[in-house]
Amino acid sequence: MILMAKLTREQKAYKQWADSRKPGPSLGRNIVVAYIVGGLICTLGQGVLNYFVSQGMSPKEAGGPTAAVMILLGALLTGLGIYDRLGKFAGAGSFVPITGFANSIVAPALEYKREGYVLGVGARMFQIAGPVLVYGMSTAWLVGLVHWLIHK
Amino acid sequence: MDFVYAFLVGGAICALGQLIFDLTPLTPAHVLVLFVSSGAILSGLGVYELLIDFGGAGATIPLPGFGHTLTSGVIQEMEANGFWGIFSGVMENASVGLVAAVVIGLLVSLLFNPKG
Amino acid sequence: MAEKRIGEDTIFFSSYPTIIATASTAGKKEGEGPCAKYFDKVIQDPLYGESTWEKAESKMLLESVRKVLEKARCTYDQIHFMFSGDLLNQITASNFAARELPIPFYGLFGACSTFTEGLTLGGMAIDGGFAQRVLVGASSHYQAAERQYRYPTELGVQRPPTAQRTVTGAGAVILGNDGPGPFLTAATIGRVIDMGISDPLNMGTAMAPAAVHTIVQHFKDTGRNPDYYDVIITGDLASVGKGLAEDLLKKEGYDVSDRYTDCGVMIYKPDADTQAGGSGCACSAVVFSSYFYPLLKEEYQRLLLVSTGALMSPTTYQQGETIPAIAHAVAIERNRPEGK
Repeated sequence: MILMAKLTREQKAYKQWADSRKPGPSLGRNIVVAYIVGGLICTLGQGVLNYFVSQGMSPKEAGGPTAAVMILLGALLTGLGIYDRLGKFAGAGSFVPITGFANSIVAPALEYKREGYVLGVGARMFQIAGPVLVYGMSTAWLVGLVHWLIHK
Repeated sequence: MDFVYAFLVGGAICALGQLIFDLTPLTPAHVLVLFVSSGAILSGLGVYELLIDFGGAGATIPLPGFGHTLTSGVIQEMEANGFWGIFSGVMENASVGLVAAVVIGLLVSLLFNPKG
Repeated sequence: MAEKRIGEDTIFFSSYPTIIATASTAGKKEGEGPCAKYFDKVIQDPLYGESTWEKAESKMLLESVRKVLEKARCTYDQIHFMFSGDLLNQITASNFAARELPIPFYGLFGACSTFTEGLTLGGMAIDGGFAQRVLVGASSHYQAAERQYRYPTELGVQRPPTAQRTVTGAGAVILGNDGPGPFLTAATIGRVIDMGISDPLNMGTAMAPAAVHTIVQHFKDTGRNPDYYDVIITGDLASVGKGLAEDLLKKEGYDVSDRYTDCGVMIYKPDADTQAGGSGCACSAVVFSSYFYPLLKEEYQRLLLVSTGALMSPTTYQQGETIPAIAHAVAIERNRPEGK
């Protein structure tokens, strides 16, 4: 990804030949399953959101609490050893919703517990979620900067 | 009706993620980074707000929604406090989710062990 | 001139080291596969009563070592060397198992080719007159390998159809300078081959050319052709790599299709959700130890075992390096070859 090795002609030919015979993923099945599972998780999220709105919050105020509930759900299913199976089944349908974000935080936290709470759980918790925060926050910051330059 | 729209929009975003995952050599972490950044940019362009108006949780629950949460905080804070809002706003709306993730993550790791 | 060499990369064992006994321990999923009834022990819990996956792997290796000593009726002091390796960083599964054993120890890293690497070196130690009894082991563990090479085990990720599952298990064999056979007769030592594949979820494709190179070299060096063997077995190319290897061999003029199989294809049930099949040091070690070794006494006269290894680390593939691979071939025969 970062520093692609230069391939010789022979290597390129082999790679091309092997790629041409490589079994591809069942794209149709994967997309349908991702759509349905992802859609259902969001529908559940809508239910949680509606509950908070019925308690008197504005939809915007309810965003945070809804996220927190969904994160709790994703985290629990990870702890119970269910979310990894859902992930195998649904792919992006389960890693794109915020429950998948929770899974990406809890999975390394659990896995590295055996290396201790500071250097294991603490240090590894953001193994996958870390990049999401780094680039999410940086992009939001940059969007803010552009906004400021235009509107100042 | 909002449930149907949440299903349609949320499902579509996930299906798009699956398409990228299956057709490119990108890993889930790469797809998530791409999605959160896209959400942050679309939010800056004012597009994501429209998607939320239509899809509700279908647009906020998938990860681009988290990007929108980050950007919307920045814009909001800038309108209130000017330039330094670019910094103080990033966590404005996102901190509920983020702190929940850290604390819950820690608690779950105390209570459970990996099953393998 | 070294008199036990022939051709470019092949050695002949002049005293024919014997495989005295074999033992295998395997995990739950392997224990549901076609080889299940041949394993000495199947563990149901991946932790195997320990507190970490890594400790469980060492314990499985120890279990196989103790079992093979029992089967061979050997005591520790009769074993002159132990050769063993695994996939964990600094091969700790083997090192920590050897910590419990009063046996001089060589740690090997050949990734999933470790088993035949060990058989080759063990055979040489015996043939050279440096040992009477040698123990060869290899182990791997799905969860321990997964967290080191890929993702935490609880992360919900989908695998492409080219991915392979690391076999949970440990195999151990005892070689000796006397005994009724089967015998190690020859070995072809692999060279490191890199055909430019960089996807760690497609290791069969990365390793197939290395297996083919070693097999072709073996035929060239010995003047044999595939008919010489009843079966030719690669270690862990799995379904994707096996198909490629078969066609590459055909291109080189060797049709092996009627006598070729792969341990990675054999170890799991076809519907076990393991994508292309098995991989890992234990893959060829447990399949050979449990399934093929007894067949050498009944059905097969000669077989060629070619364990295959992908020599990358998480660091190298994240830095964009391609995956180098290696394969070592060992010829194992029921009877001592005549004439030679």
